Amino acid sequence: MKRYILQRFLAIVPILIGISFFAFFLINIGPSDPAEVALRVNETVATPEAIATMRRELGLDKPFFIRYGTWLLNSLQGDFGNSYITKQPVLNEMSKAFPATLALASLSLLITMGVSIFFGVWCAVHEGSVGDKIVRGFIFIGTAMPSFWVGLLLMWLFAVKFDLFPTSGMDGFHSIILPVVTLSLTYISTYIRLIRNTMIQNRQENYVLYTKVRGLKEKTITRHIFKNSLQASLTALGMSIPKLIAGTVIVENIFAWPGIGRLCVTAIFNRDFPIIEAYIVMMAVLFVVCNLIMDIVCALLDPRIRQGE
Amino acid sequence: MNFWKRLKSDRLAVLCMILLLGVVLLGIFAPLIAPHDPLEPNIKFKFADNSLEYPLGTDQLGRCVLSRLLYGIKTTVVLSLLTMGATLFIGTFLGIIAGFSRGKVDEAIMRLCDVLLSFPSEVMILAIVGMLGPGLTNVVIANIAAKWAWYTRMIRSLVMEYRDKNYIRFAKVAGCSSSHIMRKHLLPGVLGDVIVLATLDTGWVILTISSLSFLGLGVQAPTPEWGMMLSEAKNIMTTHPAQMLPPGIAIMVVVAAFNFLGDSIRDALDPKGDQTKAVVK
Repeated sequence: MKRYILQRFLAIVPILIGISFFAFFLINIGPSDPAEVALRVNETVATPEAIATMRRELGLDKPFFIRYGTWLLNSLQGDFGNSYITKQPVLNEMSKAFPATLALASLSLLITMGVSIFFGVWCAVHEGSVGDKIVRGFIFIGTAMPSFWVGLLLMWLFAVKFDLFPTSGMDGFHSIILPVVTLSLTYISTYIRLIRNTMIQNRQENYVLYTKVRGLKEKTITRHIFKNSLQASLTALGMSIPKLIAGTVIVENIFAWPGIGRLCVTAIFNRDFPIIEAYIVMMAVLFVVCNLIMDIVCALLDPRIRQGE
Repeated sequence: MNFWKRLKSDRLAVLCMILLLGVVLLGIFAPLIAPHDPLEPNIKFKFADNSLEYPLGTDQLGRCVLSRLLYGIKTTVVLSLLTMGATLFIGTFLGIIAGFSRGKVDEAIMRLCDVLLSFPSEVMILAIVGMLGPGLTNVVIANIAAKWAWYTRMIRSLVMEYRDKNYIRFAKVAGCSSSHIMRKHLLPGVLGDVIVLATLDTGWVILTISSLSFLGLGVQAPTPEWGMMLSEAKNIMTTHPAQMLPPGIAIMVVVAAFNFLGDSIRDALDPKGDQTKAVVK
């Protein structure tokens, strides 16, 4: 087991280096000159001399690989440079916005898990019943509805029409409810479907036949099937944690939620490259780390995986 | 062919196909069908009710909503199809090369894919739009860039299945050139599966393009686009909530039709198929 974890850890090192290089490369091949952008956002006239000074200040006059090296070393120490707009260190800006996104994403994750496990198992047990058909209809519509439309409809119904929740901003617990519901709805349909289908498939396996032959109770059999179906769902869940955090971009923008998704979109409009860069790297690292954790959890749960490696 | 028979017997799939074909045709012939110019404001008639003249009413600038929806098809649906086409082309090309050639070329392409796939595609798209700046062309480029790696990997694994089949071996022994084998023997084999993947994904691409336009990162005003129309509807939500319905319903119906068609095609190709695989993706 230790060997497996170590192997997995070593495997992500080249991927992380690749990611950091890619993020840095992206910003540097962009059509706009960062020095010019940095000048323009401060409403300085971009004369050739001013650009030259700014290039030196930002270290843009050095060769590409030296710049990449410096940037990598600095970011490893948590220094992503300063925002062009606010002049604050990017790390400060990010850490100010991160708790809001984390609250939104984790609450949504809890709700998504709870609801989809409940309905997924229920539908698998009652496959073909009226309730199952209703839930499947809901899933079908749910995957086709754009999340920003769902958000707008919810906002209109509960914030404008009934005035139950605020339309936007972050003050107090009741302002998080609409964003969380919007975000969860997008994922719930995917997961109900996943859990339902995995369980139905698992029911054909031999171990289920064996439990039936042993004369176990229906409930116990369902528990067996559920445990075995959990693995596919766990892998998908591992993938969806960073997706959820990335998915907050739209929801945060609809409900003016001050998280990192909104920070990133604002940065895109302002061409604030250091923030975009940091956002990309952070998301990618999160994605890789979540995958790693989920792989390890799966290996802990299922000895077949760790022996396969 | 067995596949077509199965697909044809699925009434809903046929219905989806007819619907989508109809939508695309409506989009192509929008200039002929649309009752008004989608860009022409007419402040006198703003927020007009449904009438014969304006079947779906008008928006905050007095522009005909139906005309904007019809023209929006061209932007949203046609661009998504274009995006899918380009992604498939790159993915198939590199996937077949990687799968067929093995060795260093394969290794290089696959490692590149590994790095690209370690980003969630949403982040990848934001990254590229962030770098190139907002705009429709950039959104299309971003979508292609975010997706091709996944297709390359899928197609490579499909090619691996065919690579050692006897008819390919025979072609090699018979002295066919590599490019001939790739074009004439490998491509037809993988094409069917590739089309299923593409149909399943088109709905996703439509959602992405309209989401980005909704955020203001894609299509710029006044071009009619469904996500953009919803973003305009957001600002007047308190006074005219009904403006949110036409574009939202349009997106939902088209995406649902693509999703359903994708599912049906998959079932028709592989009746006992592994349903979870597509969901996990």
